[in-house]
Amino acid sequence: MTTTPVLHMEDVHRIHGKGDAAVHALRALHLTVHPGELVAVMGPSGSGKSTLLNLAGGLDQATAGKVRVGGDELGSLSRADLAALRRRRVGYVFQDYNLIPSLTAAENVALPLELDGVRRSKAATAARGVLAEVGLQGLGDRFPDALSGGQRQRVAIARAVVGERSLVLADEPTGALDSETGEQVLALIRARCDGGAAALLVTHEARHAGWADRVVFLRDGLLVDQTTLEDADSLLAGA
Amino acid sequence: MSIRHGLLALLERAPMYGYQLRTEFEATTGGTWPLNVGQVYTTLTRLERDGLVEPQGEDEEGRVRYAITAPGRDELASWFGAAVTPQDRPRDELAIKLALAVTVPGVDVRAVVQRQRAATITHLQELTRLKTRQDPDLSWSLVVEAMRYRAEAEVKWLDHCEAALLRASERRPPPAVPAPHRRPARR
Repeated sequence: MTTTPVLHMEDVHRIHGKGDAAVHALRALHLTVHPGELVAVMGPSGSGKSTLLNLAGGLDQATAGKVRVGGDELGSLSRADLAALRRRRVGYVFQDYNLIPSLTAAENVALPLELDGVRRSKAATAARGVLAEVGLQGLGDRFPDALSGGQRQRVAIARAVVGERSLVLADEPTGALDSETGEQVLALIRARCDGGAAALLVTHEARHAGWADRVVFLRDGLLVDQTTLEDADSLLAGA
Repeated sequence: MSIRHGLLALLERAPMYGYQLRTEFEATTGGTWPLNVGQVYTTLTRLERDGLVEPQGEDEEGRVRYAITAPGRDELASWFGAAVTPQDRPRDELAIKLALAVTVPGVDVRAVVQRQRAATITHLQELTRLKTRQDPDLSWSLVVEAMRYRAEAEVKWLDHCEAALLRASERRPPPAVPAPHRRPARR
């Protein structure tokens, strides 16, 4: 593929602490994610999944190695540039939604755009558009506590993809949802990727990893294995 | 599977008689797969024909002990090295494979578990893709869902096996190696 990867991690290490107390949370990690790709990350707890996600989103800094988002190396950016990159290009989806309770669904979704200087009315229009895409048209004026768990997670996904964001980082996004609602959330993330975004999905559910194009397995901070999937046409031909 | 591979795995532990193989096989598979001694001898004959085991001569009671050969070891290694596909699962070969793997020296059981996990998740990816790309038809999608749930359950069970293996390896002391300076027990 000749397109610029959305995410490129090269020989990345993350060590917490020093000397005898040092913990190697991630070792010699190489990972490239292209536009359109949904990559699931699996592994036992403590294997480095969340560390990987935090490094990819610039929430944490690698001890060694390079992390590039859309070609920009995070380690070389100023704090202000890194914050701008996080606002404009990276969206997060967490297990507990992390919505602001005093803002409506539409205001929650518009927030990253407004923080980035987009005019309020324009941000609101964009927010309503994305809310409709995730099946929440007409619910933009509700506050989070008037929404179900599944609806709140849809709002969180809308917030993660609003604007020009090309990288979605999801940490157990279906953890608090029932199986059917969880599937719908995965289908939404899948649809965003089919539309050209890229996503990293941390999950311990094999069923959810099934939505990914690729599944990487971490153990003790090392990428130990990954699956590859033939293209869908050949699968359908054999069905 | 594969009584063949089951017997090869047992012979990798030590050479055995047919009757012994039957007892060990049933013990290892938790009695889920009863064998009659005739099946054991038929299988041994075929394994011998294929050069995978060899008889070691008769004892005083006329019983023949069989040992695994080098090609037999290769065959066993490639069985442990390959993931089980849904087509070759008349019985729960996977459960039996893992039950045998933990008893055979030198098998990296975590690698066996991971290979299967990756294969099963790839299968899940394929099923999920079929589900989303195909026109929805209720009967068909119920069948696909059944396969997804089965695959999901298998991965959960593999996670459980891995956790149990880890716990066991933490409990078990490393194999005792006789210290070189210690005097032999028999003097």
